[in-house]
Amino acid sequence: MTTLDSSNEIQKNNSEVDESHEDFRMFGLITFLIADGMTFAGFFAAYLTYKAVNPLPDGAIYELELPIPTLNTILLLVSSATFHKAGKALLKDKNSDSQKWLCFTAFLGIIFLICQLFEYFHLPFGLTDNLFASTFYALTGFHGLHVTLGTLMILIIAWQSRIDGGRLSSQNMFPLEAVELYWHFVDGIWVILFIILYLL
Amino acid sequence: MTISIDPQKTNNESLQPKGWLRYFSFSLDHKVIGIQYLVCGFLFYLIGGTLASAIRIELASPMSDFMPRDVYNQVLTLHGTIMIFLWIVPVVNGAFGNYLIPFYVGARDMAFPRLNAVAFWLIPPSGLMLVASYFVEGAAQAGWTAYPPLSITTPQSGQIIWILSVLLLGGSSIFGGINFIATIIKLRRPGLKLMQLPMYCWAMLGTSLLVVLSTPVLAGTLILLSFDIIANTGFFNPVLGGNVVVYQHLFWFYSHPAVYIMVLPAFGLVSEILPVHARKPLFGYTTMVFSIMGIVVLGLVVWAHHMFTSGTPPWMRLFFTIATAFIAVPTGIKFFNWVATLWGGKISINSAMLFSCGFIINFVFGGITGVALAQVPFDIHVHDTYFVVAHFHYIVYGGTVFIIFSSIYHWFPKVTGKMFNEKLGILHFIITFIGFNLCFAPQHWLGLNGMPRRVAEYDPQFQFVNQISSLGALLMAISTIPFLINVFVSVRNGKDAGDNPWNALTPEWLTSSPPPVENWEGEAPLVQEPYGYGEEISEQK
Repeated sequence: MTTLDSSNEIQKNNSEVDESHEDFRMFGLITFLIADGMTFAGFFAAYLTYKAVNPLPDGAIYELELPIPTLNTILLLVSSATFHKAGKALLKDKNSDSQKWLCFTAFLGIIFLICQLFEYFHLPFGLTDNLFASTFYALTGFHGLHVTLGTLMILIIAWQSRIDGGRLSSQNMFPLEAVELYWHFVDGIWVILFIILYLL
Repeated sequence: MTISIDPQKTNNESLQPKGWLRYFSFSLDHKVIGIQYLVCGFLFYLIGGTLASAIRIELASPMSDFMPRDVYNQVLTLHGTIMIFLWIVPVVNGAFGNYLIPFYVGARDMAFPRLNAVAFWLIPPSGLMLVASYFVEGAAQAGWTAYPPLSITTPQSGQIIWILSVLLLGGSSIFGGINFIATIIKLRRPGLKLMQLPMYCWAMLGTSLLVVLSTPVLAGTLILLSFDIIANTGFFNPVLGGNVVVYQHLFWFYSHPAVYIMVLPAFGLVSEILPVHARKPLFGYTTMVFSIMGIVVLGLVVWAHHMFTSGTPPWMRLFFTIATAFIAVPTGIKFFNWVATLWGGKISINSAMLFSCGFIINFVFGGITGVALAQVPFDIHVHDTYFVVAHFHYIVYGGTVFIIFSSIYHWFPKVTGKMFNEKLGILHFIITFIGFNLCFAPQHWLGLNGMPRRVAEYDPQFQFVNQISSLGALLMAISTIPFLINVFVSVRNGKDAGDNPWNALTPEWLTSSPPPVENWEGEAPLVQEPYGYGEEISEQK
């Protein structure tokens, strides 16, 4: 490259270099979620390998009932939709609507957790009974931890959106968008988990 | 959406401590964080080196007379864990990455400065926790691999502290990786194209991809292992119906890429150092980039070559042998590119250059034994012997640690503004190079003759060779003395180095030494040819 070219380039870019840059917090969050997804991928890989090569001892109980997890799947899918509604409302600066939808989403998350605990207490096996039981509790427990954190974060942004033009507004969508992406991620993981753990 | 940096907000430097105190603060300056990583890592290197000396003293005689056997196990576990997770990974990624990457992309700081500081400050507590576990019922004894069932049956408290510590260090590593990816991809100065970046950026991009994709798997695995230890589950416990091989697969899914996490940044750093001191452009820039990315992809699919003796089925052995042998291709390309960079160059024989050349020699040796180890029949013969120890140390010490020292010499004038003593640096290189090869080259012979690793006692016929190896270790320990003297004396009384003592063209040299807080007075320079040596260098500023 000749000197003339590069000096032109510099002059052209001079105007672009003001002390501001693109918002890449979302990019960072996506990278983090890929990493988080790899943790789940490791768990799934372990579970599927156990299923393939480690037969359970005779008489081991590993039957799962479908109604509660199916209800849970529906709860999470609906909560993804209600979260989306909250985002739409905030985009139009309707903070009270947005807050209602967020609270409803958090409510669905709490119901999910209660159902999960209910299932835990009524399962015929405990954590250390057999390999399937251990993997089941590890996978659903790790996912439940994610749902718990997500619900807490939804409650926090619901609190932040209480005032019109306050912390959350159509001008500052990032907190809501970040939690929404995380929530969709947790839902997606649940769908995979539901298929692999309950249906396969 | 754009974030504007409010000048009043960024000008609160007066609130941050000045002088040496800032190195003990939650500083957000990438240069301060880089030095924090380096010094913290070096302190742990001294601890790990002391442990290594203890191992070599023990192995100078065939009986376990210097320390009891279980203490020997703790020492080797701590040595491995400290050297990998607290010295090499944080220093070669965190220290140089934080210091250099923002300069190379033309930014004033990393993409997420606060996350950056958090990532660093996770390291000292987890490191101290790991070292302190020695005083609580004894440290972990299962080696840095923590294979079950050994890690389940050895005393629990040490193993649990080890897991906690490695989880925290893994978290720090992931935060760092996210930060590097965002900085390199998103924070580039306008007008700077990806293919114009200095090679270290590409190496760090590849490394960070490996960190983000593989470290979480290790975290998940260690959580399962801690369940086995604490809650008596049976994931990896055959007695309870578990499967130890699953642990090995998951562990090596992280820990094989971890080798590339340790060595890829060194590839990047040597690619910065050689062109400067040979006054020639880096040979084969594009092939370098593609071979780094090739190593990243291949590095993720070769892990089972650590497990050829773990009942691996034949198809798996075949696949992983071939995949591993393929890694020699991109690595070989890089090796020949470095040699071609030196070829016909105006080479200055100084400390940085000597350590880089030492790296090339040691690394090609470690690479050749690596290809040999990838072959199943040979691997089964030398598995878990000193041959593996020798190969591994040729890669991480002869490779990465040589480059760490080379980089310290190369960037010392930039960081401190002072020149170091070249004669002491060359003395440091000579003692290190002789000591290193004396220590580890004989271990190939020991391994081929069947001396197992990780055992405090051995057949007396190996005593003489082991004593040569221990003598080498003594030289390596001595070699830190001229280095430390050099650093301490030069920081205080070194000659002024000027802004660009090497006449280098990469962006970090185009600012004052030491650089100002915001890296550049005014706008960042646009460096489109970081290796444009040989053609009117003096004009290009």
